[in-house]
Amino acid sequence: MQDFLDWTVVIGILSSGIRLATPYLYAAIGETFGQRSGVLNLGVDGIMLLAAFSSYFTVLTLGSPWLGLLVAILVGGLMGIAMGFISITLQAEQGISGIGVYLFGLGLSDLLFQKFVGTAKAISGFKEFPIPLLSKIPFFGDIFFSQSVLVYGAYLLIPLAWFILNKTTFGLNIRAVGENPEAADSLGVSVQKTRYLTLTLGGILAGIAGASLSIALLNVFQQNLTNGMGFIAVALVYFGGWRPFYVLLGSLIFSFVNALQVWMQVLGVPIPSDIAVMMPYVLTIVVLIFSAGRVRPPAALTKTYERGS
Amino acid sequence: MQKRLNKRLFDRLFDASLPIIAALFALAVGAVMLLLLGANPLEGYAALLEGAFGNKNAWADTIVKATPLLLVGLGICIAFRAGVINIGGEGQMIMGALAATLVGIRLPSWPAWFVVPLALIVGFLGGAIWGGIAGFLKARFNVNEILSTIMMNVIAVQLMNFLLRGPMIDKEQIGAAAIPQTARLARAFDLPRLVPTRLHLGAAIAVLLAVVVYVLLWRTSLGYRIRAVGLNAFASKYAGISINRTIILSLMLSGAFCGLAGAIQVYGLSHRMVTDGTAAGFTGSAGFNGIVAALFGQLHPIGTIPASFFFGALLVGATKMQRAVQVPAALVITLNGLIVIFVVSSELWRRRRAKRRALQKMVDA
Repeated sequence: MQDFLDWTVVIGILSSGIRLATPYLYAAIGETFGQRSGVLNLGVDGIMLLAAFSSYFTVLTLGSPWLGLLVAILVGGLMGIAMGFISITLQAEQGISGIGVYLFGLGLSDLLFQKFVGTAKAISGFKEFPIPLLSKIPFFGDIFFSQSVLVYGAYLLIPLAWFILNKTTFGLNIRAVGENPEAADSLGVSVQKTRYLTLTLGGILAGIAGASLSIALLNVFQQNLTNGMGFIAVALVYFGGWRPFYVLLGSLIFSFVNALQVWMQVLGVPIPSDIAVMMPYVLTIVVLIFSAGRVRPPAALTKTYERGS
Repeated sequence: MQKRLNKRLFDRLFDASLPIIAALFALAVGAVMLLLLGANPLEGYAALLEGAFGNKNAWADTIVKATPLLLVGLGICIAFRAGVINIGGEGQMIMGALAATLVGIRLPSWPAWFVVPLALIVGFLGGAIWGGIAGFLKARFNVNEILSTIMMNVIAVQLMNFLLRGPMIDKEQIGAAAIPQTARLARAFDLPRLVPTRLHLGAAIAVLLAVVVYVLLWRTSLGYRIRAVGLNAFASKYAGISINRTIILSLMLSGAFCGLAGAIQVYGLSHRMVTDGTAAGFTGSAGFNGIVAALFGQLHPIGTIPASFFFGALLVGATKMQRAVQVPAALVITLNGLIVIFVVSSELWRRRRAKRRALQKMVDA
């Protein structure tokens, strides 16, 4: 237990917590946009998987992580548009069609992986990119400023998302469409167009989330690589009350507990590993109990909109 | 008059066949995917059919695979009819199986006519508790059930891993190479085989329960309350129905059928629990695929019978297809996803047609 108080351990836990939050942040912020406009996209995990595989495959064959990221963005964006077509144009029940998109992504990513790769091969994706000067600050430098580019991007995304949602016309449109689509429509805001945009954006961010796993954090792909992270991201959006900074808070709590749990196992704290892995999930439920009902969800969430109905 | 009757018959037939049309579209997309993967779709689907129905054993395997899908599907019908989305079938199956296995391990020398029914009931209750927790969280704290059931899935898997590696492990498994599994249950507890294949009594139980769930949903006051809350929670509240109680009950029942599915997997098929660390390792993803089957059966217990059979055939046939045309069996998961998407999307046409009929009636009057 002496080791537990060691600074290197503390730095280790904090820095891996910061790193582990990355995929959740991208996916959850993307989902926040969609839900603020009234669409629940439960297919995030499937989109993450497909993008994770395509970016992994790009890096494996072409070697460039940036190209891999680009492919992830394309695949994610296309899947977002597809989800839009299903839930907006075809007005399908959102919760269930999201499960369909999830199964599609889960199956297809595994199918392509087995067909074109076979066994897991490690790749060299995005490297750690210590920020000059800042990374030299003792303690904080190691935790915050010695991560990969995709990790920095996730944290820059939070204020950006907050700004877009709260300070721009586009953000106002999103919120109006999510609260009262009829009224927004009568004022000339296109409900369909706004929702397509948020879902495409959500798809792109889910794509980056998947890529952050396969070509930055883990540098590998395998069947069901995300292991339900996309669903956790959706939970984090509820937990965060559809507000970017609270989503950040939730993602950090979840990831720190996760990092702590991993380190506890490494250090040999006598808790069965299977029980330790459970902790972040139990915590999420507890947190949902306390956060549910505190903030009202967007009024039109999961409701399809048809003009004149 | 005759003409109008014909028209109405056609409308009903069209509505009923929408999921089948949607599934055919999904299979067509699957054929394109097979082509893109360099395989002959006709050959692929022929191998799939052969694998699912080629001989007596194939038929038996298809029905065995369909059994948990049907049981989970029945649970899904109940939850979705109440307007509650239960994604927790995987976890509920695991909890039911764990509870049922424990009964068999603890009472090895008791008579089978006592232990097996008891174990199935305990499995039913185990699933009910796991589903009921999500129901309670939704009713009491307004926690979204989609999210809580997903979390509970992970928790159930970890609990299974913990129990099978520790407290419930087969005493003969020792050392670092120990397989995380329970001891084999007494042979006397094996569910009877119906014909000399893998086909076991579970399939008959599942079909019987489909009729029970139909009666429950359409012939009892509890079923009426469940459907009323699902159709219009607001109005049912004014009719004096307790929404919270109905939600908890429907998630308990939903979980119970998933739990029973898990228990029947153990007593009918594996005769012990073993884990590879994942949920699918035990459930074969039946907790998810059961949702697909229920939707395909239009959330009707009787419709879920042929729907489960269809998906059971797809899953069994996929292995054969994999060998025949060298396309990974994961194609079937992809197809399942497409079928869900196409089936829920096709609802639009049903609604449009209903709307047009209503307008026509208005104009005629």
